[in-house]
Amino acid sequence: MARATLISDPTGAAASALTLEALRDVPPRSHRELTRIALIGNPNSGKSSLFNQLTGLNQKVGNFPGVTVDRKTGISQLTPQHRAEIIDLPGTYSLYPKSLDEKVITDLLYDKGSDQYPDFVVITVDASNLRRNLLLFTQLADLGLPAVLALNMMDVAEQHGVQIDIMALQQELGVPIIPMNARKGVGIAALKIVMSRQLGAPTVSFFEPSEDLLPMIRQIRYYFNLHNDYLALHYAHQFRQISFLTADEKAYIAELVEKYDFKPTPRQAQETIDRYARINDILLNTVTVVRTEKNEPYSNKLDKILTHKVWGYLIFFGILFLMFQAVFAWASYPMELIDEGVTWINQLVQTNFDGPLVNLLTEGVLAGLGGVLIFIPQIALLFAFIAVLEETGYMARVTFMMDRIMRKFGLNGKSIVPLISGVACAVPAIMSARTIENWKDRIITIFVTPLMSCSARIPVYTVLIALVVPPQKVLGIFNLQGIALMGLYLLGFFAAIFSAWLLKLILRTQNKSYFIMEFPVYRWPRWKNVGITIVEKVKTFVFQAGKVIVAISVILWVLASYGPGNALEQAETRVRATAAQQRLSAEETDIRIASEKLENSYAGLFGRTLEPAIRPLGFDWKIGIALITSFAAREVFVGTISTIYSVGQDADMRTVQQKLAAEKDDNGQPFFTPARAFSLLVFYVFAMQCMSTLAVVYRETKGWKWPLMQLLYMTGLAYVSSLLVYQLFK
Amino acid sequence: MSSRSAQAKTPTPRSVKDLRLGESGTICCLEDPEMALKLLEMGCIPGTQVRLNSRAPLGCPITLVVGDEDYTLSLRVSEAATILLKD
Repeated sequence: MARATLISDPTGAAASALTLEALRDVPPRSHRELTRIALIGNPNSGKSSLFNQLTGLNQKVGNFPGVTVDRKTGISQLTPQHRAEIIDLPGTYSLYPKSLDEKVITDLLYDKGSDQYPDFVVITVDASNLRRNLLLFTQLADLGLPAVLALNMMDVAEQHGVQIDIMALQQELGVPIIPMNARKGVGIAALKIVMSRQLGAPTVSFFEPSEDLLPMIRQIRYYFNLHNDYLALHYAHQFRQISFLTADEKAYIAELVEKYDFKPTPRQAQETIDRYARINDILLNTVTVVRTEKNEPYSNKLDKILTHKVWGYLIFFGILFLMFQAVFAWASYPMELIDEGVTWINQLVQTNFDGPLVNLLTEGVLAGLGGVLIFIPQIALLFAFIAVLEETGYMARVTFMMDRIMRKFGLNGKSIVPLISGVACAVPAIMSARTIENWKDRIITIFVTPLMSCSARIPVYTVLIALVVPPQKVLGIFNLQGIALMGLYLLGFFAAIFSAWLLKLILRTQNKSYFIMEFPVYRWPRWKNVGITIVEKVKTFVFQAGKVIVAISVILWVLASYGPGNALEQAETRVRATAAQQRLSAEETDIRIASEKLENSYAGLFGRTLEPAIRPLGFDWKIGIALITSFAAREVFVGTISTIYSVGQDADMRTVQQKLAAEKDDNGQPFFTPARAFSLLVFYVFAMQCMSTLAVVYRETKGWKWPLMQLLYMTGLAYVSSLLVYQLFK
Repeated sequence: MSSRSAQAKTPTPRSVKDLRLGESGTICCLEDPEMALKLLEMGCIPGTQVRLNSRAPLGCPITLVVGDEDYTLSLRVSEAATILLKD
C-alpha cells in the first residue's frame, strides 16, 4: 500500500512533521497571554502520563468552583515564549456525565462565559483502542472547541498489529493529530508546538441532531446565545445537572423539552449508535489491523493466575502483607527520625528562648506539626504501593475479585483498599477512597474506615490489656493477651462492616452503582508518575490536614496550660508547701506540680465537668482529661495518663501500668477492674479520637456534614458500647 | 393450546449472562434503558460480538472481550443480563 512507510513509523515522527508543516501558516499565540488548555480523554488513555509530562512538578490541586471534586492544574512551558495552564479533567467515556467527576467536564465546557473556559482542548486517545476512544473525540469536536488529538500509545497499537494512516485520519477528523507515546515522552515536543499555536475549530462534524429537534434547538441557541446546535442539544439533555444555569433558565428549557416532547434516553442511545457507525466508516478508510496470529494478549494469560480463585486471593493477601510490613516496619525508621528532628528543634527553641509565646510554639504549634509530619513516611509508602498497583492495572483486578463480597455491605470492590490501609492510619486510607467513583459507595467507605483499628490505638491496647488480661497460654499455643488484642482488631473490623451495611440502608442516592468498567491492560508502572503521586499526596496532606491539626493542638495547649483566675499558681504553691513537708525530690515535685496544674487547668475543669457523663462507663475525671486530650490523637492517652498519675513524661510502659494498677477507688479497692479496663478499651476501639481523620474527611467530602456525623456516630457507638460493657461486667 | 406447547413456553431470550466461558455471541439489544446508555458508550453496540472471557472467583463480576479489538470490559452479572443476544 502507498501509505506503508508512514504507518509503520512507531514514533510517529514523520507524521508529526507533516502535522507541523501543515500548521506553518497558523499564527502562534501572543506571548503574553497564558493559554488555558483542558486535557480530556477516556480513563486509561494515558492522560495522567501526558499531564505529568507536560507539567512535571508544577502541579497544584484545588477545587472546581462550587463542586466537590478535585481540580488538578499545572503550568507547562510550551516553547521558550509560551506558557500554558493545563487543566487535568477526570477521565470520561462521553459527554453525558454519569458521576460527579464527569459532571465537572460538562460544567466547564458548556459555559463559555466562565473565566475558567479553556482556549482549547487536548484530547487523548488510546491508539490501540481507537473505536471506543473516538466516541468522546467526536462529541468534543461537535461542540466546536478548538482541539488537538493526542494519539497516544502508538507502541501498544503497533504491538497489536494496528496500523493507522495518520494523514488520512487527520483529514477525516479535521483536527491536528500528534502520534505519541506519553509514557516514554515521544511526541511531547511536537504536541507542545501545536499547543502554542492559534488553533481554529475542528473542520469536520460527526453528528447532526435530527430534523425534528431543530425548532427546539434553535430556541435554546437563541435564548442562551450559543454558537452551535450540538451544545444546545446538550443543554436540552442535561439542563437539570448543569450547575451554572439559573432556576429560570432551567424552567425555560424544561418547558421546551415538554413542548417538543423530547425524550433524552432514546435520543442519547441513538446518537451513540450513529456516532459509532460514523467512526466505523472512518476507521475502515484509515486503519488496518494485521493480526499475525490469534494473539491472545499477555494480560489475559496473567489474569489466569492473578484472578485465579486460589492463587488470586493468595497473591492479593501476599501483596497486602508486604504493604503492611512496609507501612508498619519500614516506615518506623524515617518516622523516628522525624520525631527526633521535631524534638530536637523543640529543645533548641526551649533552651534558647523563654516565655509563654515559646511554650505556645513548642507545646502547641511544633507538637501539632510533629503530629502531622510523623505520618509522612506512612503516607508516602502507602501511596507508593497504591500508585504502583493502579499504574500496573492490578487494582482493577483486586476490585474485580472483591466486588461480590463487599457489595453485600453497601461497599464496592474498590472499598477494600481504604479499609485495609485503615489498619495503618485512617488518614491516607480515606484519601485512597478517591478511586471509588460512585458517590454513595465512597461516602460509606470514608465513613467506616476510621473504625478499623489504626496503629495509634496500639499503645492504649497494650497498656490496658497487660493490666487486666493475664499472660496465660490457651490451648497450649495461643497467648490470652494476644487473643484479646486480635479481638479488638476484629471488633473494629466488624463494626466497620456493620456500619457500612447500616448506612447502605439509610443513604439514598440518584446515581446507580455501576460496575461497568474497562479492564486495563497490565503495564509496567511509570516511576515518574509514582513519584509525582507521592509528592502530591504528601504535599496535600501536610498543607490541607496540617492547618487544621495545628490549629486544634494550639487550642488544646491553651486549655491544658491555663486555668480560671490564678488557679494554676495556687496549685503550684500548694504542691510546693506539701512537697517541702514530705521531703520530695525536685523531680517528684515537678511531676506533682504538673499533675496538679493539669487538674486545675481548663482541660482539668472539662474533665471534672465531664465526669457525671462518663461515670456510668466506669470512668473518673482523670480518664475524662485523657479522653479530652486524646481526642486530638489517641497516642496522647498514655502520655496524659502518665502526667495525671504523676509518672514522669518519659517513663516506660511498666511504670504506667504499675501506677494504673496501684490506683485505688474511693473504697480502697483497685480502680482498674477488668470491667473498667474493657470499657475503656471498647471506647478506644470505636470513638473518633483523631483530629487528623476529621480534617481529612472534611477535605475529602468538602464540608463539615460528614466529619460531624462521623464524630457523633462513632462517639455514640463508643459510649453505648462502653456503657454496656461496664454495666454488664462490673 | 395443547399442554405440551404450554410447557415449552416462549423461550426466554439468551443474554450475555448465559454465555459459557470462552463462548461468543452477537449483541441483539440492550434491555435496561438507563444501563444501555453506559453500555453503548463502552462499545456494546447491537451487532457487536462479545466473548465471555473470565469470571471473578465468586462468579461475579465477569469480563467480556468486546468486538475484535483487544478490549476487555468488566461488569456484574446483573448488568450482563440486560445485554440480550441474537440467536
